[in-house]
Amino acid sequence: MSGLILTALVILVFIIIYQIAKASEYANIIRGEEVVAKSTNKLMAVLLVVVFILGLYGIYKCHQYLAPLGLPESASVQGLEYEKMLHVTLIITGAVFLATQAVLFWFSYKYQARDDKKPYFYSHNNKLEVIWTTIPALTLMVLVAIGLKNWVTITGKAPEGALKVQVMGKQFNWVIRYAGKDGVFGKTNFRLINDANNILGLDWNDPASKDDIIVENGEAHIINNKDVQFIINSRDVIHDVGLPHFRMKMDAVPGITTTMWFTPRKTTAEMKQLTGNKDFVYEITCDQMCGKGHYSMRGTVVVETEKEFNTWLAEQKPYYDLQHPAEAAPATAVKEGTETPAPAAAQDTTKTVASK
Amino acid sequence: MGNDATLAHAHGAHEHHEGHHDHPKQHFLTKYIFSQDHKMIGKQYLVTGIIWAVIGALFSVFFRLQLGFPESSFPIMEQFLGHWAKGGKLTPEFYYALVTMHGTILVFFVLTAGLSGTFSNFLIPLQIGARDMASPFMNMLSYWFFFVSSVIMFISLFVQTGPAAGGWTTYPPLSALKEASLGSGLGMDLWLISMVLFVVSQLLGGLNYITTILNMRTNGMKMTRMPLTIWSFFFTAILGVLSFPVLVSGVVLLIFDRHMGTSFYLSEIFIGGKALSHIGGSAILYQHLFWFLGHPEVYIVMLPGMGMASEILSTHSRKPIFGYLAMIISLIGITSLALVVWAHHMFVSGMSPFLGSVFVLLTLLIAIPSAIKVFNWLTTIWRGSIRFTVPMMFAIGFVSIFISGGLTGIWLGNSALDIHLHDTYFVIAHFHLVMGVSAFFGMFAGVYHWFPKMFGRFMNNTLGYIHFFITFIGAYLIFWPMHYAGLAGMPRRYYDYSAWVSYKDYQPMNAFITVVVVITFFAQLLFVFNFFVSMFRGRKVTSQNPWKATTLEWTTPVHPEHGNWEGPIPEVHRWPYDYKDDGHGNDFIPQNVPLRPGEEEH
Repeated sequence: MSGLILTALVILVFIIIYQIAKASEYANIIRGEEVVAKSTNKLMAVLLVVVFILGLYGIYKCHQYLAPLGLPESASVQGLEYEKMLHVTLIITGAVFLATQAVLFWFSYKYQARDDKKPYFYSHNNKLEVIWTTIPALTLMVLVAIGLKNWVTITGKAPEGALKVQVMGKQFNWVIRYAGKDGVFGKTNFRLINDANNILGLDWNDPASKDDIIVENGEAHIINNKDVQFIINSRDVIHDVGLPHFRMKMDAVPGITTTMWFTPRKTTAEMKQLTGNKDFVYEITCDQMCGKGHYSMRGTVVVETEKEFNTWLAEQKPYYDLQHPAEAAPATAVKEGTETPAPAAAQDTTKTVASK
Repeated sequence: MGNDATLAHAHGAHEHHEGHHDHPKQHFLTKYIFSQDHKMIGKQYLVTGIIWAVIGALFSVFFRLQLGFPESSFPIMEQFLGHWAKGGKLTPEFYYALVTMHGTILVFFVLTAGLSGTFSNFLIPLQIGARDMASPFMNMLSYWFFFVSSVIMFISLFVQTGPAAGGWTTYPPLSALKEASLGSGLGMDLWLISMVLFVVSQLLGGLNYITTILNMRTNGMKMTRMPLTIWSFFFTAILGVLSFPVLVSGVVLLIFDRHMGTSFYLSEIFIGGKALSHIGGSAILYQHLFWFLGHPEVYIVMLPGMGMASEILSTHSRKPIFGYLAMIISLIGITSLALVVWAHHMFVSGMSPFLGSVFVLLTLLIAIPSAIKVFNWLTTIWRGSIRFTVPMMFAIGFVSIFISGGLTGIWLGNSALDIHLHDTYFVIAHFHLVMGVSAFFGMFAGVYHWFPKMFGRFMNNTLGYIHFFITFIGAYLIFWPMHYAGLAGMPRRYYDYSAWVSYKDYQPMNAFITVVVVITFFAQLLFVFNFFVSMFRGRKVTSQNPWKATTLEWTTPVHPEHGNWEGPIPEVHRWPYDYKDDGHGNDFIPQNVPLRPGEEEH
């Protein structure tokens, strides 16, 4: 009922506005359309300029309010390059923006219809066209060159010895896996997944899987100033690992393994200091719509010193032991025996994951 | 020529009734419903488009209320949405359904069908000097396929599990598995069926537009004498015909995956507590098929606005369009590049980095023809004699917003920059400005400019100006702040940001945007109101050529019948932008006026 009344009210208001507008139209005819058209024209030309100036002021105000809310400087080495590129792009497009908008509104005002001025018949000028084809083309090539240089670095192979962390997306949270003591990710098979005791579908027949560490609360620990490679999968639909503070992002696609690597340069503690926010935390966003809980698919990253990381890792129990408490003791014994080939096998981790 | 058949037909009917009526009296059903008159079909597209636009915009108001005021409840939403907004609080499921339908409706039903459907139909025969389309019957079918597709999409809003909710791009597996989301149930099937019918409609229409433009131009109407509107409709149709079929293939494979157990897009999925048997498919394949249409679609939406803005800027500045040939060449450039840049939507999908580089280069190249167009528009109004009519205001607004939205394309097209900005509010700001608002501005300019030709009446000016200023300022207030949120990496398509340490501070910004959205929405309703009331009550058009324009549609009677011209079709002797002294005190020379002795063309 209230909806009906509201609709009726809106329509009523519109009718009133329309009638007033209509009445002014009749009044215009009485006053002489020519005269009115001229004064309207002048008014509109002035209003456009007013809107332009208010717009500039608005941009300034907007910047004042929103710029402080932005992200702190990049927390990854690669992100610093990103920021440089962003600044170059901002300066170029910003200059073009201001120049073209200013010209548009200035011309609109300056060349409003006047009795004493005739429009100038000017249909083409090939020299001008060539100029404003070449200059944008050259500028764009510069931007492409900077962009591709960064793109090749970012998408290139992860450096040797990078810490490998698997991030797996599922509706609606992130699961993190470390290779454990042997440095090798155990084989997985999606048919073995069981939410109760095998969340990633680890194949227990593969000895490498027995020491794998799984963090179910989506908190990834990584080491400051040490390259890290995320090996990204999804269990159900497409997700996306977004790391805004590191200026990184990569889709998690079921059936396909994607990777992304970067070098963190600020620990979480340093970031807390830098931002003056004691609640600061690196967040993992999901950037690909994945269903009703998309907005709540939150993970976190803790960047810490190597020592802190090792302490933390040592506290983590292998997932197998957590799920099979009874066997825990013998399993550890077996692992100690096979510890030696670990460094050689570490090279193959991506292959293991990628080829599954 | 093909014209003669239509001409003979129209005249046959005309002569038959001579002596009784001036014009043959048509049955209501064939005149207004199953009409084969391109003008009526254009109006049908327009009215359907307006209805969809109101629905689509209303949806955006609903989800903006959620974003702006996540703690509050709005009983009015329960009135409209029932159990999806119990107690006036939107559920996350329906939030995503609204987002999805908002995109689908506006991109396809409003800015494709409602925009090029309206103006291609209405203007092509009128501006090239033809009695009607090459196949008026196919043209009618095109509208009715669109209508059926609309009805199916509308029905999907009311099914128990809700309409499709996987985003307008409907990426599988989310859209393929009913376990993944409520919206991937019956609602998704209806979405897919509706889309296939929509493509049928677009192909029937598009083939007709192309054929008509190529074959039915009046004597003297060389390709290089066609108004830029026609050029833009021509390339719009070509893009549609080349890319829509690919969408159908993507959609059909998705239907197979959903119902026939195939694995085109699905592989190694564990969902709803069990592992599915699908193996070996690629979810990325769908993205390629989708964006092969999806990106040209952006230009299908953009080009008509560009064409109409060119026409309107020239007419109301009383000056020829600057660089007519350069405008055509840049249209050709945009059209060809539009077909080879689709994967820039997939930079973070894990695609081959080398392929990514190629798409970066091609994508940024497209900025060149766009820049040429902007410079040409600016030079067109330079030293003009500008009449700030309502269509002119919208055309100027079009250029302003096209610049603002277009420049951020240079950011997003550069893959290394895109990584961080991908799927954030920056993208929302970019594409809403460049293909949403600016396409709408082109459309509004067109509606205000050709309304007198459509209905023999003017729309109300005062309301038009109010509509312009609220919409123009509103658009910037809504989308400008989003760039900042996007630079901070704030993800799009979130129902609520309050749990996020990095983004909860943007709450006041979201609330501000929502308030502006509501105001701007009412300004659009004012336009709709103005449109329908002016159809019956607007100031009458008294002269044949109220804007003093040069193109052929203004040589028809104020109320043209089916067949457009009462006598023979006028012949064309000059290019469409001869805004110069005609020697009789007029500042324009229509296309059908022969060259004066000694006068050189253009």
